[in-house]
Amino acid sequence: MDFLIMNNGTPWLSILIFLPLAGALVQMLLPTGNVARLWTLAITVITAAISLPLYFNFDPNTALYQFGEHHVWVPSLNISYTLGIDGISLLLVLLTTLLMPLCVLGSWKYIEKRVKEFMICLLLMESTMLGVFMALDFVLFYILWEAMLIPMYLMIGVWGGPRKTYASIKFFLYTLAGSVMLLVAIIALYLKTGSFSIPQMMGQDYSATFQLWVFLAFFLAFAIKVPMFPFHTWLPAAHVEAPTAGSVILASVLLKMGTYGFLRFCLPITPAAALSLMPYILWLSVAGILYGGFTALAQSDMKKLIAYSSVGHMGFVTLGIFVLNTNGVEGAIIQMINHGITTGALFLCVGMIYERTHSRELSMAKGVGKYMPIYVTFLAFFSLSSLAFPATNSFVGEFLILVGAFAHNKILAACAIPGAVLAAAYMLRMLQKVIWGGTDNPDQSYLKDLSLREIVTLAPLLVFVFWIGLAPKPFMDVMHTSVAHLLTQVHGAQGTAQLAQILLP
Amino acid sequence: MNPMLFAPELGLLFGSLLLFFLSISEHGGVQARKFTLAVALISLVAAFASFGQQGTLFYAAYKVDHFSQLFKLLIVAGLVVVLLFSVDLKGVDKDVRPEYYLFLLLSTLGLVMLVSCVELLSFFIALELSSYSLYLLVPMRDDRTGVRGQMEAAIKYILFGVVATGVMLFGMSYLFGLTGTTYFSELLPKLHALGSEPTALVGIVMVMGGFFYKLGVFPFHFWVPDVYQGSSNETTAFIASVPKLGAVAMLIRITTLVAPGSEMVINLLMVLAVASMFYGNLAALVQKDIKRMLGFSGIAHAGFVLLGLLTLKESGYATSMYYIFGYVVMNLACFLVICTVSREGENVQIEDLSGLHKRAPLLALTMAVGMFALAGIPPFVGFMGKFMLLAGALNQGHLLLVILAALNTAIAIYYYLSVVRVVFCNDPEERPEVLVGAVTRMVSICLMVIIVAMGVAPTGVLEAATAALRSIL
Repeated sequence: MDFLIMNNGTPWLSILIFLPLAGALVQMLLPTGNVARLWTLAITVITAAISLPLYFNFDPNTALYQFGEHHVWVPSLNISYTLGIDGISLLLVLLTTLLMPLCVLGSWKYIEKRVKEFMICLLLMESTMLGVFMALDFVLFYILWEAMLIPMYLMIGVWGGPRKTYASIKFFLYTLAGSVMLLVAIIALYLKTGSFSIPQMMGQDYSATFQLWVFLAFFLAFAIKVPMFPFHTWLPAAHVEAPTAGSVILASVLLKMGTYGFLRFCLPITPAAALSLMPYILWLSVAGILYGGFTALAQSDMKKLIAYSSVGHMGFVTLGIFVLNTNGVEGAIIQMINHGITTGALFLCVGMIYERTHSRELSMAKGVGKYMPIYVTFLAFFSLSSLAFPATNSFVGEFLILVGAFAHNKILAACAIPGAVLAAAYMLRMLQKVIWGGTDNPDQSYLKDLSLREIVTLAPLLVFVFWIGLAPKPFMDVMHTSVAHLLTQVHGAQGTAQLAQILLP
Repeated sequence: MNPMLFAPELGLLFGSLLLFFLSISEHGGVQARKFTLAVALISLVAAFASFGQQGTLFYAAYKVDHFSQLFKLLIVAGLVVVLLFSVDLKGVDKDVRPEYYLFLLLSTLGLVMLVSCVELLSFFIALELSSYSLYLLVPMRDDRTGVRGQMEAAIKYILFGVVATGVMLFGMSYLFGLTGTTYFSELLPKLHALGSEPTALVGIVMVMGGFFYKLGVFPFHFWVPDVYQGSSNETTAFIASVPKLGAVAMLIRITTLVAPGSEMVINLLMVLAVASMFYGNLAALVQKDIKRMLGFSGIAHAGFVLLGLLTLKESGYATSMYYIFGYVVMNLACFLVICTVSREGENVQIEDLSGLHKRAPLLALTMAVGMFALAGIPPFVGFMGKFMLLAGALNQGHLLLVILAALNTAIAIYYYLSVVRVVFCNDPEERPEVLVGAVTRMVSICLMVIIVAMGVAPTGVLEAATAALRSIL
């Protein structure tokens, strides 16, 4: 276990995984209604509080996995229960724990029927999502990765909108079908290395064709999750039908699992394949950026608009990852966090307007600004952040990604630039309609502005929007060493040239 | 003779005899279930007590070892679970109930004896005891639809069964002709010495055919959907679970006869596995009757069991055992829901489960756990089983087979998910509440706990299976 800094003493990571799970089990015995809401809020807040010290005790000067835990699980197959986090996963873990209380607050009124069951689903989601980011054993990872589908499916399928059946089944089938080949790839890797330990699978100099097939199996699973163009069609359906908290979790955390998968598995385990397939993936990312932007421009449903904007933003993230230089990858990681904050907040905003007007149509939300000044203030800042306005968080991320992209290939980067312009176009269009509307606004005078609970839900996200936007250093510092280590793993790999000869004309 | 060696069988045997007397008395119907349950529980205790016994009986035709006792324990436990949740045997007329339970016990007795048989003729007799009792259970369903579906099912069941038995007997004649013995212990070295002699392999495969029939492996699967649909819910619950344990036990015993490295048998098993998986899963996609759907899904799962057998290795057999144990538990969980939801013993359409989460939340949860487990979603037992089977098969270099099996997982998810969708996402409309008894509640919670526990901690069961296998290899 030389890749792991063992954590002797309290197993914090296990507590983070099992606390929400235990909370969900206890919740089954509790009554529904406000008790369920308060209980879940308490559990998620405690989880968030436990996760904060991880940041302060994290040692940014090592690329090893920290807070490690290791227990033998199934000895006959060499499966173990291994947890640990490095600079890449630390921020994602914190993002997850900090978002969950806000999700509970955001669905306080939105969820009226079967509150208890909904909250159980939320807690189960939290357990599995945290586990995915912490797992260092491939079987453990896969189990959590798949198990997560069940509560998410139920969240969309039970509490979703009118087309919930279609959306939930599509979500489940797409993601599951994508990951069955991942399982075969995992077993193939196990047979090569004799262990399911993820760090031990890295840097093994597999043959070029083996790497190619494993990479493709990985890529299918993760690209569907991201979702990369052209695998994105499940996303708008799922987002539109999911309840607010479901959309927030989906956008903020689930999509990140795809890009996290690229960083954790594709690059270090199959570096030669990643380097040779890099041009194709980069152009797919650019296609996603432009496609997402143009489609978002044409939407009249606010949730759909944000869903398509996610396709574009995640295109930026994959672009940053696969340019394979420091700026690009670091920008991609910070952009993953930014997208989680900003898009999560935007979905919460849409949920708040939906609770009032029972519509997500832009035309129905025209001219809200006159009656809900606090609301539109929040909405305006989050929208500006979404279009990467300077001094907001996304600016930092997109800027770094574009710097990385220009360093790699100028034409490519130039092609991605219109994506940023499109983001401004669709976001400002939405803002203009919601704040001012036109001369024929529907009567919005019955609307009440945000309550204290809703302000508390949005305010922390706004703090992070400006914090990362103005002073990203504390967030960037933790990832430098891990990213540098990752890039040496990729560029130091053998066999690239030979595979490139096969694949590139 | 040590009576403990034969204790579970004796319990079932005396129980059946007493049921026979009960069936000729006037008011037998009322006490029959309680009495059968008592017999089953006594046999379960006996199976526990005789766990770990070793010895041979009846001129060495009957061997009591770790392997047989493990299967006996599970078979009797399966019977107990079925009896516990089939509370008032809704689909069977009151006046034939004692006979129904009599044949149920006899069938279990046949299975319990089967797993101990190490001689071809004795295991033929045990198999027939179990099969013929089952053939009789199917037409005992009352004729509610007026089209005598249960008769059709029974005829199909017995005709296909007799053909499969014929094939098996023919194969046995080959084995006897080649080796001059019917004892496994003598067959094993002689058949291994023959190597890849085609006659020997054909003989072994034909003997396997009899158990492919029990397990529902392609091309011996034709009876499955009709019998599942035509039998009463409780009967199907039994047919779909307990005999599969016996079938897998005997398939493992027979597979050990195959000389190591016989490509022909491996290839044949591979083809059967892939055909079963695709046939079962594709046909299940369009089913409306949930029992019929589970029948087709059972064919697909039988294909998965073969993945473990065709490795011809101890670890492969152990995962097959693990998988079938898990499968029986998952299936019982689903049938528990079906039997309870069915008000008067009628068949349950998938639509009938609409809004079950409102009508009976616990049953809805049980159904969801059962379906996700059958689909192979972690953290349930179905995933661990599939994962280990795929790992074992890939370890033997069967990449194409593993990819096809993985694709099947993706196909299968759709129909399992449709059931969950109906349970959770549809409104109940006019459908009434479902009353769930305290015992049924307990049983369903126990089954769910087992499904999760076997999924997250497979080591215990795997080690038990491996230890059992050591006693026969």
